[in-house]
Amino acid sequence: MPDLGKYALEVLSAYGVSLVLIVGIVLLSVARSRRVRAELEAVEARRQRNG
Amino acid sequence: MIALLARDLRLAVRAGGGFGLGLSFFLIVVVLVPFGVGPETGLLSRIAPGVLWVAALLACLLSLDRIFALDYEDGSLDLLATSPLPLEGAAAVKALAHWLTTGLPLVLAAPVLALLMNLPWQGYAPLMLSLLLGTPALSVIGAFGAALTVGIKRGGLLLSLLVLPLYVPTLIFGADVARRGAEGQDFTTPLMMLAGISFGALALLPFASAAVLRVNLR
Amino acid sequence: MASLWEYANPLKFMRTTERILPAVSALAALCLVGGLVWGFFFTPDDFRQGSTVKIFYIHVPSAMMAVNIWVMMLVTSLVWIIRRHHVSALAARAAAPIGAVMTVIALFTGAVWGQPMWGTWWAWDPRLTSFLILFLFYLGYIALWAAIEDDDTAADLTSVLCLVGSVFALLSRYAVNFWNQGLHQGASLSLDKEENVADVFWYPALVCIAGFILLFVALVIVRTNTEIRARRMRALLARERGADA
Repeated sequence: MPDLGKYALEVLSAYGVSLVLIVGIVLLSVARSRRVRAELEAVEARRQRNG
Repeated sequence: MIALLARDLRLAVRAGGGFGLGLSFFLIVVVLVPFGVGPETGLLSRIAPGVLWVAALLACLLSLDRIFALDYEDGSLDLLATSPLPLEGAAAVKALAHWLTTGLPLVLAAPVLALLMNLPWQGYAPLMLSLLLGTPALSVIGAFGAALTVGIKRGGLLLSLLVLPLYVPTLIFGADVARRGAEGQDFTTPLMMLAGISFGALALLPFASAAVLRVNLR
Repeated sequence: MASLWEYANPLKFMRTTERILPAVSALAALCLVGGLVWGFFFTPDDFRQGSTVKIFYIHVPSAMMAVNIWVMMLVTSLVWIIRRHHVSALAARAAAPIGAVMTVIALFTGAVWGQPMWGTWWAWDPRLTSFLILFLFYLGYIALWAAIEDDDTAADLTSVLCLVGSVFALLSRYAVNFWNQGLHQGASLSLDKEENVADVFWYPALVCIAGFILLFVALVIVRTNTEIRARRMRALLARERGADA
């Protein structure tokens, strides 16, 4: 851990919040991608069965 | 076009919404400000130009959704789109009608409210001038926003969210003219910029509004 | 050499992008982790700003992305209006929330840096104010997409909003400059002015910028493909309902 001096709180919170936001949007995007992919496969399968 | 304008004006007067509501809203916002910041005259006269501009802008926003919504619902917008009058022209006339029923009364009422806010006397002419030049821009920009949201049920809130950021440059230059005027400074530069924005918006935005209306009528 | 327009075909776009996605994501992760770790652990403090200089490894790339993503949305909106390629409109839709997040990151890191350096969390400085306005534009754009049911109508309307919004965003930028000359320093990290910044800060910052760009590309690929699938699903469901009726 580097010595951040008197600004440790500022630097750490900047990194923390930014990382949380980035990870958040990545997770949201991936989750939605998974869900939509699964739903689409279900719909496609139903269509194949019903002709 | 004149017939359309006359019809819109008649409807606005008959519905009573245009004149009355916008003006009373303007009045109420301006009256509320001293309650919020305190009755000190010096402070009030310093913030008067900005407060009057923001209040006028909000009052303008209030009646925007009526520009196209009623005509969209009863189908007369479809008639307008198929009429020989280009839709661009119709959009411009609608914005003009909105300005005549909302913007112009605000300009005329501004001096009275400026009295309440202790605006220095040399600030009256610049305030009126800036509002006169700026409110048409507010109306055409607002008409564009109204055209965007015309197909959306309860689009009023969305309309504000879309239109308010677009109002920023007009507000900055308009309020700056009024502020400099009130402080007795030279206000030529912001006045030129304000006029540029207004005329640019007047010239170009009706095309955007018409394009958007066509999409919504498809 | 295949023409760029071939990727207007959603299937081809999806197939190609999903092939390169793992590589892009891996590179993005590598650059981001590498750049941030390098910047955070292995760079000296600035003699005036102390350790807060480390915030810039996030602040500068996110601010660059916030603006550039809007430009990308403008380009894809134009492509949609002129050539009617669905992938283009959906890419703009996919990019907007990423742009909004980047704006928030830039604003937050800026505020946290400004507190000790300027002595205030927030100043109505031209750059800060422009970013706040940009954030409002992103919000409006996203809200308009969300509010309209029909995909093509939504694509058309948001594209026009993006065009008009770009003009007004530029106007606001100049208006705000005029309104208040600020305390923000000029862009000290542009490519042609690199002598402004010492190499120790410059190299990790470059890696971080590359990381943010790659992260954006990877996210746009994922999100665009999601939108393509969602759109196809809505079309299929509509057809099913039509067949039932």
